[in-house]
This record gives sequence, C-alpha cells and structure tokens, in this order.
Amino acid sequence: MIRAVTIVGAGPAGLTAARTLHQAGVKDVLVVERNGEAGGLPRFCGHPGWGMLDFHRFWSGPTYARKLVEAAGDVEIRTNSSVVAFQRGGVLVVNGSGGTERVQSRAVLITTGIRETSRAARLISGTRPWGVTTTGAFQEMVYRGGMTPFRRPAVIGTELVSFSALLTARHAGIKPVAMIEAGRRIVARRPGDLVARMLLGVPVWTDTSIVRIEGRDRVTGMVVSRGGREERIDCDGVIVTGKFTPETGVLRMSHIDIDEGTDGPSIDTGWRCSDPAYFAAGNVLRPVEHSGRAAEEGALAARAILRSLRESGPAGSFVPVRAGTGLRYVYPQRINADHGPVKLYGRVSENRRGTLRVSSGSRVILEKSVNLLPERRLTLHLPESVRLASEALCVSIEP
Amino acid sequence: MGAPDRPYDVAIIGAGVVGCAVFREFVLAGLRTVLIEKDADVINGASKANSALLHTGFDAAPGSLEAGLVRDGYARYRAIREQLGLSLLETGAVLAAWSDAELAALPEIIGRAHQNGVTDVRAASVQDILKMEPHLAGDLKGGVLVPGEGVIDPWSAPIAYALQGLANGGRVLRSTEVRAGSLADGIWTLASDNGDIRARIVVNCAGNFGDLVEAIARTSPFEMRPRKGQFVVLDKSASRFLNAILLPVPNERTKGVVVARTAFGNLLVGPTAEERRERDYPTTEAAVIEALLMQGSRMIPALSHEPITTTYAGLRPATQFKDYQIEAVPDRNWISVAGIRSTGLTGALGIAAYVAGLYAERFGPIEVIADPKWVSMPNLTEGLERPWMQPGRSEIVCHCEMVTRSEIEAALCGDLPARSVGGLRRRTRAMMGRCQGFYCTRRTMELAKDRLPDLVQQLGGRQ
Repeated sequence: MIRAVTIVGAGPAGLTAARTLHQAGVKDVLVVERNGEAGGLPRFCGHPGWGMLDFHRFWSGPTYARKLVEAAGDVEIRTNSSVVAFQRGGVLVVNGSGGTERVQSRAVLITTGIRETSRAARLISGTRPWGVTTTGAFQEMVYRGGMTPFRRPAVIGTELVSFSALLTARHAGIKPVAMIEAGRRIVARRPGDLVARMLLGVPVWTDTSIVRIEGRDRVTGMVVSRGGREERIDCDGVIVTGKFTPETGVLRMSHIDIDEGTDGPSIDTGWRCSDPAYFAAGNVLRPVEHSGRAAEEGALAARAILRSLRESGPAGSFVPVRAGTGLRYVYPQRINADHGPVKLYGRVSENRRGTLRVSSGSRVILEKSVNLLPERRLTLHLPESVRLASEALCVSIEP
Repeated sequence: MGAPDRPYDVAIIGAGVVGCAVFREFVLAGLRTVLIEKDADVINGASKANSALLHTGFDAAPGSLEAGLVRDGYARYRAIREQLGLSLLETGAVLAAWSDAELAALPEIIGRAHQNGVTDVRAASVQDILKMEPHLAGDLKGGVLVPGEGVIDPWSAPIAYALQGLANGGRVLRSTEVRAGSLADGIWTLASDNGDIRARIVVNCAGNFGDLVEAIARTSPFEMRPRKGQFVVLDKSASRFLNAILLPVPNERTKGVVVARTAFGNLLVGPTAEERRERDYPTTEAAVIEALLMQGSRMIPALSHEPITTTYAGLRPATQFKDYQIEAVPDRNWISVAGIRSTGLTGALGIAAYVAGLYAERFGPIEVIADPKWVSMPNLTEGLERPWMQPGRSEIVCHCEMVTRSEIEAALCGDLPARSVGGLRRRTRAMMGRCQGFYCTRRTMELAKDRLPDLVQQLGGRQ
C-alpha cells in the first residue's frame, strides 16, 4: 500500500500541514509522532504568546498545542512512533510499540522542528555537574513535571527563548541570579527589556561570556569574563538558552541533502528536498522562527504537496542559491522552474551593516543597503526572471 | 552477608574497571570478597572516561607487565564476552603516518608488535588504506594495519564483572570511603564512613587515589600523577566516514589523537595527554576541544561539518613509572594494583587473574567455584538487537539513543542499581545523545527521582 502523504513530526508545522491537506480533501494523511502525544514543543511552554499569527489568539503553549491537534480533525496521528530511517523514494522505516514497518508514501513532509544546542555542543568549559539544562528541558520539568533541578540558576543568552526561561523560573518561584550575554546588547531587544523590567531583580550582564562551569556532582558556580575581567557567579544551576539547531538526527544519516548553513534539509522554492519524494517545512529548515511562521510554512508546503499529487513537478532544472560573505544562511537553496516571483529568506549571525547583493555570475539582480540584526529574518523578493538565471545565485553582504 | 564478625577474605578498595574485575576474580575463586567504593556508584573515576578500545597490546613495551596483562586481558575478554552479553566491534585499526618522520617510524612499530606476539600487524600501502578508508585526507604517507583492535562498551563490561561477583556471593559497598586501616593478628580493620570492615587481605585498586590508599599499608612506593585526556564525541552521522580505528604514530614530542567509532554509533576524537594535579572531576576546555576537532578534520576532512554530541575528560591513573605497579606485600596482607594508565579497560581481566595468582602464591589457596552463575548485560551497542526493536516495547524516553522506559526502570533496580545520574546514563544511554537531555530530562527524572534523590525538587502545589 502506498499512502498519499506522511508527515513526520506533530508540532505546529506538521499539524498545520495535516489540517491543510485534510481540508483540501486528501483522505490518506498519516502523521507520525515519536512522543506519546501530539503538539510539539509548545506543549511545555506554559506562559502565553502562542497562536497569534495562525489563530489570532494569545494562548499558552499547551492550549495552542491542543488547538492545533483539534484543528487537524480526524487525521490519523500515530504517536509513540519513531522514524528510524528515511529511504529513497518516500519510504520511511517507522518503529512503534507494535514493531517496525516500512511506510511508503507519494509525498513525505519532514517537520521535525528544532532543539536548543546543548552545553556540550557549545563547548562550554568546566566540570560536568548536574544542574545544567537547556530552556526546553527546564520548561518541560517545570510545566509538565512540576519539578526543578535548581533554585538559583544563571541564564546564558538573551534570545527570545532566554526570556521565556525567566518567565518559567518566575512561574516556578525560582530566582535566577544573573543573565549573561556575550554581545554588547541583548539579542531579543524589544520583548527582552519588557520582560527584564517585569522581572526586575534578575541582572542582565552584557559583554559577558562564560569561562567555565564549576561544581563536582552539582553546579556550585560559574566563572564569567565580564568586560575582559574574570568574575565568579555563585549559582546552583545553569540554563543554557537558545542557539537553536534543526532536529535532523535520523535525517543526517539518510541520502537527503543537509545544508551546511541552515543545518536543515535543503529545499527548492516548492519546499522539496533533494529527493523529490520528500518535502520539509517549519523550524527543521533553519533555526529558528516563531511557531506561527512554522505553521504557515506547514500550510504552504501542504499546498505544494497538493500540487505535486495532481501534476508532476516542474522540470528538474534548478538555479542553486548560496549564502556568500556576511550571511549565515539563505533558503530555499534551489529555485525551481515554476512560475511567479521568488522569495528567499536568510539570516546574519551578527549585526551587519552594508550593501546586500544578489548576483548571478557577473549579473547583479538586487542591490540595497541594509542594517541587519541576527534575530531578524531577512526576506528577499526577487522577480520571476531569476528562475531562468544561467548561473547560481549568490546572496552576500559587503561592508 | 554472613556473620558480621567474620572477616572477609579479601577487601578491594576502588570499584573502577580493575576493581570490578579483581572482585569478580576473587569471588569466582571461592573467597569471601567485598568491593568498597567511595563514590555513589561504581566506575565513577578513571573508568568512566576512556577511549573504549579493546587493545591488542601491539605497542606496549615488550617484556613489560603491561604488555603481558593487556594481551591476557584481551584474550580473556574475548573468551567470556558472549556469556556476559558484552559486545565487541571488530573494527581493526589503521595506524596512519602523515609525515616522512612518521613513515620512518613504522618498521619499528611493526617489529615491536611482533615482539609482543601480535603477529598479524603489517604495513599497508597508501592505496590499500585509502581503499579501506576513502574519507582519509589524501596526503597520507603510509600506515600499519592492526587487525585485532576493536571497540567495546566501556561501562557494560565493568558493571558485568561486578554483577557476576554479586551473583556469586560477593558484596559491593558503595558510598563507602575507607579513611584508615590497621592490621592486627592477620586481620585488617578498615575504618570507613559506613563503619569498620574487616578482611584478611586488602587489594588497593584505588586508581587516581592509589597512593593515598597505599599509605594505609605502607609508605607508598609510587605517586599518582593523573594524566588528563579530553575527548569530543561527534554525531552518529559522522561514523559513516570511518570504518577502522584511526591510530596516531606515537611520537616523543606530541601525542597524536585517536579517531574511532564508539559502540554506540558515534565517532570519538581524542585524547589529549595533560599532566594534572587533580585526582577527580576533570574539566574540559573549549580551546583544547577545538584543537582536537581541528586534528580530527585534518585527518578526515568530512568531519569538519559534523555536529558535536558531547565532550568529556578522563584522568588516567599514571605514576612516575611507565609500567603497571602491581605487587603483593606479604607482611602487610596487602596487594597493590596501581599505575594502570590507559590500558586498564583491556587489561582488567588479565590483571585480575594475575592478582589472584599473587594471592595464591602469598596468602593462601584458591578453590575456584565449579559452576559459577553468569549474568547477561542488556545490549546498548548500536547495530545489535536493542529493546526498542522488540514488538510490545515500552515508550521511548530518550529518542536520540532510543532508550525505552523499561530499560531505565531496570537500571534503577536489580543487584547493582544506578545510584547517580551518571550511573543511570552509563547503564542506559539516556540523556547521552545529541540533544543531551533537551527532550528527555523531564521524563527520565519522573522515572528516576524516587531512586536518585536530590536531583530535582518538587514544586509546591503547582501543576
């Protein structure tokens, strides 16, 4: 039996795609979710701020997750089921409590989302005591488990999610001792100062980077470099926040191409991966956008899948897109020979001011002066003619 | 347990891999044996962080005690591993030369290997090596093949030794630090924070604390000089770039690094060799790990884009001497087992047999148990049958390592339950994968918090 569409991951992108396909009349949609329940990461974020873009509401994460599941109607969601291999031509190897089986589909949509980068992968020095977590793990412990591993943690990072860690701490009656940021200013500027003001008492130290974590079996402190001078912060835990990375563990071991800039699967402007049986949407594409944006991408990818089920895809000629100087990543990584204007998205890793240029060989397609911040997505609108460009597109920022 | 006033035949201080193997050996030799560990769980010192290789001993100093015991330990591990449910990835090793100087050192390495009785070690051409290992950097100059080297699960092995000792009547005391001891009328009384322990013979397997424990019996003839090694573990996706273990050519000035697959499907790069004062809780340093990553991708360029799963550091229990320091001290009813530097994982079973030999020679007869009980370890090695593959499996708690709820529950009970979060990790792999607990900490803590107290506090009256 060949299914129409299988979606891997029941978070905002996957559930929105399932809903879109279902409403369009595709009966045979399967959502595979490795956890015991659908909803994705919002399930564990108890404070409000969810559903604004897609439901025009201001829900808590768990409410948003529940609404996403409800809105997907009677789509089959198989929880407690892990994809253990992505094989050529839309064949998934799925493991569940009933055993392991192959599931073949005309289209597979990958919506496996993101996670924060661990302390280890950030190469933070020091001992390895208990009490170092990411925001996600901390939130899940507080909101779902009703537990906390510490009482006086220090928070590393000032991204949006870092302030979510502060809100979670407040909910748990925990007072972080400090929040540190290696850059000169906090990353999530606007909501950031708001939260900082709301939570007066948590000092935010910019221009401060972590030197090492201290403690034997448990965290006892953290040494930081503050404006070049070493200082010790007494704390019983460390929340390592942000620096999201796409969740591509199993995908990396497959034949599907992973982009070195985004760390997610590379896609074309029709949301297709390097194997045309696979599509990808949501935060697995890149770190990191708001859940509403991930959901919107789920819907867009679902529409692309609908088209692909009706007609064969555009001819296999692509214009490759790559990130040049000054840009951390750009996607989609391939422009297909479809119709209509083209949108590209990108990000910088630090504040960049200068001239942004989109070129194809010696031909300049777009040039404008920009002042870009790492927390902001860059959107480029390009004319339909780029679909016929003879050479790869390069997006760069020159000072 | 036996009558409390009856002394043990043998008390072993230190439950690292060597202590666990010696414990098993003495229990199977029919002696009343106790294994004493200061930490909350076994293998929490030097034995928790090593390169997880099963060595042939091809590069040991010929004629040394280490050379003989590593070879013997290697053979013994292979002989009993199936009965204990222990894995062995027979990867073989390639010792790669990247410069003319290294190339010139190869004949001597082969000569030494043959002297050590590892006769299948042989030279290989660049072409042959690149055929086996197509992802190696192209400027390779030559190399040596060591077919017998392999990769094992470094934690299941010592735990299996301890469990088999327990199953056959031995006793393990954890969270028990021996602080002093006195020998009177042929019986040691060891003062610990859990009361006195009496035994006829004491075996010092205290690893990086070896000289401090030795001082209980005599002025220590050796001084521990722990040597730190840092490692970085790359994502499972990196393991496709290497088949064999990639060994460096030893060099007087710089220690090269090993690149090897792990039993759990990752790729490991390390170790460094740094003389240290600290005896435990070694630190990792970002700059050192970055240098390791550079060295790794210098040898296998594709590694430069692979994600990092984790980093760790270990302390090898080195002394001022190169060789193992193992001897019986008959007038003190004491056996010292020290200076088991970096080959302890392989050497352990050989060392244990040797120590039992010293006992028989000096302290009394041994009557080997005729039909010992065996224990079988649950498999954690990637690629072999794991519990998640079985129909009817329980929920998967750790998705990166595919660890089921039943495995976590099993590790928290039984004869030697995990007593620390590290112990739980090493028994199950939970929280050891690429997300390092992002997805599974809450669920793992729900399952473990009653058995591993003090890790988390309940939030009062909240959902």
